Amino acid sequence: MAIESDVLVIGGGLAGTMAALSAAREGANVRLTSYKQSTLRMATGLVDVLGYVDGEGPVADPFEAMDRLHEGHPYSILGEATLRDGLSLFDDSVPGYRGGHTDANALVPTHGGTVKPTARYPASVAPGVASAGGDLLLVGFQTVTDFDAPLAARHLEAAGVPFDVDGVTIPFPGDLRDDAKVTRYAQSLDEDEEVTGGGRQLGTRKDLAERVKAKLDGHERVGFPALLGEENHDDVRADLVRYLDVPVFEVPMGPPSLPGMRLEDRLFAALDDSGASIDSGNPVVDYEADGDGRVDSVILDRNGNRVPYHADQFVLATGGLVGKGIASDRAGVREPIFDCHVPHPADRYDWFEDGVFDDHEFARFGVDVGEDLRPRDGEGTVAFDNLRAAGSVVGGYDLAAEKSGAGVSIATGYEAGRRAAEEV
Amino acid sequence: MASTPRVVVVGGGSTGVGVTRDLAMRGLDVVLVEQGNLTHGTTGRMHGLLHSGGRYAVSDQKSARECIEENRVLRDIAAHCVEMTGGLFVKRPEDTEEYFEQKLRGCEECGIPAEVLSGREAREREPHLATDVEKAIAVPDGAVDPFRLVVANAGSAMEHGARIETHAKVRDLIVEDGEVVGVDVEHGAKPGERVHGVQSGREEIRADHVVNATGAWAGRIGDMAGLDVEVRPSKGVMTIMNVRQVDTVINRCRPKGDADIVVPHETTAILGTTDEEVEDPENYPEEQWEVDQMIDTLSELVPILSEARSIRSFWGVRPLYEPPETGTADPTDITRDYFLLDHEDRDGVPGMTSIVGGKFTTYRMMGEEIADHVCAIFGIDADCRTAEVPLPGSEDFQVLRDYMDEFGLRSPIGRRSVERLGSRAEEVLGTDAPNPVVCDCEGVTRAEMRDAIDQAGSDLNASRIRTRASMGNCQGGFCCHRMANELHPQYGEPVVRDSWDDLLQERWKGQRHALWGEQLSQAMLNYALQATTQNRDSDPANRDGSIAFDAFDGGPEAGAMADGGPTEASDGD
Ligand SMILES: Cc1cc2nc3c(=O)[nH]c(=O)nc-3n(C[C@H](O)[C@H](O)[C@H](O)COP(=O)(O)OP(=O)(O)OC[C@H]3O[C@@H](n4cnc5c(N)ncnc54)[C@H](O)[C@@H]3O)c2cc1C
Ligand SMILES: Cc1cc2nc3c(=O)[nH]c(=O)nc-3n(C[C@H](O)[C@H](O)[C@H](O)COP(=O)(O)OP(=O)(O)OC[C@H]3O[C@@H](n4cnc5c(N)ncnc54)[C@H](O)[C@@H]3O)c2cc1C
Repeated sequence: MAIESDVLVIGGGLAGTMAALSAAREGANVRLTSYKQSTLRMATGLVDVLGYVDGEGPVADPFEAMDRLHEGHPYSILGEATLRDGLSLFDDSVPGYRGGHTDANALVPTHGGTVKPTARYPASVAPGVASAGGDLLLVGFQTVTDFDAPLAARHLEAAGVPFDVDGVTIPFPGDLRDDAKVTRYAQSLDEDEEVTGGGRQLGTRKDLAERVKAKLDGHERVGFPALLGEENHDDVRADLVRYLDVPVFEVPMGPPSLPGMRLEDRLFAALDDSGASIDSGNPVVDYEADGDGRVDSVILDRNGNRVPYHADQFVLATGGLVGKGIASDRAGVREPIFDCHVPHPADRYDWFEDGVFDDHEFARFGVDVGEDLRPRDGEGTVAFDNLRAAGSVVGGYDLAAEKSGAGVSIATGYEAGRRAAEEV
Repeated sequence: MASTPRVVVVGGGSTGVGVTRDLAMRGLDVVLVEQGNLTHGTTGRMHGLLHSGGRYAVSDQKSARECIEENRVLRDIAAHCVEMTGGLFVKRPEDTEEYFEQKLRGCEECGIPAEVLSGREAREREPHLATDVEKAIAVPDGAVDPFRLVVANAGSAMEHGARIETHAKVRDLIVEDGEVVGVDVEHGAKPGERVHGVQSGREEIRADHVVNATGAWAGRIGDMAGLDVEVRPSKGVMTIMNVRQVDTVINRCRPKGDADIVVPHETTAILGTTDEEVEDPENYPEEQWEVDQMIDTLSELVPILSEARSIRSFWGVRPLYEPPETGTADPTDITRDYFLLDHEDRDGVPGMTSIVGGKFTTYRMMGEEIADHVCAIFGIDADCRTAEVPLPGSEDFQVLRDYMDEFGLRSPIGRRSVERLGSRAEEVLGTDAPNPVVCDCEGVTRAEMRDAIDQAGSDLNASRIRTRASMGNCQGGFCCHRMANELHPQYGEPVVRDSWDDLLQERWKGQRHALWGEQLSQAMLNYALQATTQNRDSDPANRDGSIAFDAFDGGPEAGAMADGGPTEASDGD
């Protein structure tokens, strides 16, 4: 039986899900196919739009700063209105996010003790923004090596935050193994596991709150490493607020990232609601063209069988170097499915600079697109009439230095999906 | 002269710590000064081969004999630093039969146990060997961890009263009436960085004798007293693979050549090497062709290397020495032997001896010879005991396995840290405090990290070499910040931040040479973690000027305060 859809999106990260939501909203029949987990589970769950331009920043207003970006930057190609439309689609589709009330970036404390500019953030992060006042207490756990609360507090002070900040380290309730993953801590809070605290049996949440209460000492808000539950996250946070009687927030951390997982859950719930079909676990390994400069189908590898997926329009959202949408070897850099052109210096030693945070060429690797987001070959000619690219597979920007990762994925995903649906 | 002669040893590589331990054990008053960390020089940038002597069995039999002798000693006194992997000299069709026979005979002549294996037998031992490998000679090569070995030597020396000063650079020799009488040292440590002693400023350390053990830098120290020490620095590249493609040292059985050896080392395999003379031991080109050559040429022996993932490359500089007027043109022909230069005999300048050339494997023997020489100068009659007394950590290696259970460490984490620590495992890991993992790739726990910090101070690179934390596949992407966290509260926030940044830069340095394929993806992931998640690249604390916090979004509801509760997802419940 032939697998057929109007729009086929390849890749299940932020860009792919946004493209699918966007195309579905336009009324197209959409299928999203994804190989492995995306970078959503590694990322902070924050939606950065634009925080630095050419190393200058943090910028307070990303829309205003867009003008200063270079010509080939995806934002320059798409323009401000498209970015705004993309963000609206995100805001409409994903519950529980904040930041849409203003154009300004918020400054959010990081688990490394700095602050960083971001445009949308989970509600659980909101009470902790460093651009708001209120003395702040950070709470770390003895066995969570990713976050040292007292050190982060001193570091935030060095960053000049306009409030007092202190940190304490406490044991986590119960007796989790010393090398337990953060997901195990989250589970303990999700299930409010019974623990022994002060000689009596009580739930993990209550016990945690009591341990913190003793240290509260007039602080106006309390931050924890981002492990306050996954499935029952809202309840966990609500209970902590109730017991502690101050706002409670999370400090985002690295992988596995609970806020990232929650964002992924919400995106896929929205996809389900949109009627798109989702299929995961098998890679796209090849494509077939119809001879007229159009992609006819892509080929999935299902346990060694080559299965064609047909569609009218295709969106390539396979991620960048991290997501494996861009591949490389000693000889060069390429896009592995369609072999789209990826601009890169011929000499491998020009791909990077000597300082760890210098302006690395590799950070901008990706396919070259025009304003319709169709990948182009080395001469600037559109590769396939019905193929568009979105997210980190698109080149020409440095998501890490600019703090623009999610924003570009949202804008390009929105636009690629919309245009694909329009042409069906 | 004071009743106990004071000796200053310059250089904290294997040679310097070897001499220092030996002299300290013989009761002399020893100060070791090293400009960087211990192992800052060639010792921290070598291949990790515990030579059986097989490599020199044809061309340099004196070195070969010394190697096998010391190979046996180190297995004994430094068990926790050595892994006896065994080694193979493999013959490909284009390698000559004649050389194979010479190698075999050479091994026999030097007392190196050697056994001929057929191609099939060799592949049974190492399944990834090329199918056209015809035969092989098995020898007792091993892998050795230079960091642990040097640290253990320094620790033992300290137990015997030596003073060890790292981040202490000799700026000048003090020469009075034609005699070297001490060193002028500049202490340049960052706060909390050194092992012991002086924080900053200049110090004159008077000495009854100075030992110049500065390897490739020996000529510069010589210059300070107008002495000519003709070291010919020669660089070599080593390329690290992410897993052990082989568990045995694989050598190509042919006369000298580049890219002819793979050494399994801890969790990795290291390919090497080249041999090219350079002008300046600190500043030389690190080139792409060298890395490519390692992979391309060694794939002839182990074909899967061509597709395998490399995690970084690094270079070292051999302190080759040849007596004046030898004039060897090709550095690969310069002897690997070591030379003791008594500057009184040689140049009429008393008070200093230089030791140059040699190998890591023979460091202890070199130390013994120098110590004998220094003792003779002072008429001290004390025996060398470094070949018998085990290094700290190696005293009782048999009990290692028991420790694993005892400390409730789960394999492979437990196995690794217990192996690293040797008999010190109990002392370090026997803690009641929570002991979470800091570095997942290498299985380093908090207790081990804290122990390293106690020894190394705030310098995270010094703790890294002691523990291997951040040296695995992810090259520190997931753990550099955790390592930094462990410094607090012993060290203040600004010191931690500095040291963290230094660590990130150091980790980046070697990765640059492995930036393709999976490691380039890893580099992008690390960059995202460090710059995006942590904003390490634009940390306001590192930048001038202050941020106008009030120009930014303060949260949705009149200063985020009111938003502490549940999200709207549960508002409706
Ligand atoms: C560690 C880290 C932290 C980050 N932190 C932030 C942050 O704080 N703020 C921010 O705004 N952004 C952040 N980002 C960036 C952001 O999260 C995303 O990386 C970015 O939006 C790119 O998303 P994407 O959908 O293009 O790609 P990805 O998330 O990489 O998704 C690609 C998808 O395509 C699939 N795929 C790949 N090849 C195939 C194939 N052949 N067949 C089928 N499927 C395939 C993959 O399995 C995956 O599901 C971070 C990124 C990383 C890595
Ligand atoms: C590529 C390569 C691979 C090798 N592989 C092996 C191998 O597998 N097995 C083996 O046995 N041998 C090997 N060797 C040889 C071995 O590494 C060296 O012979 C040995 O490490 C030299 O030790 P060292 O202490 O003499 O010199 P170094 O380790 O270089 O020590 C000298 C020290 O002096 C310090 N110093 C210099 N100037 C000053 C100053 N002014 N003040 C204070 N301190 C100063 C330096 O910082 C340095 O730490 C290899 C060498 C190379 C280059």
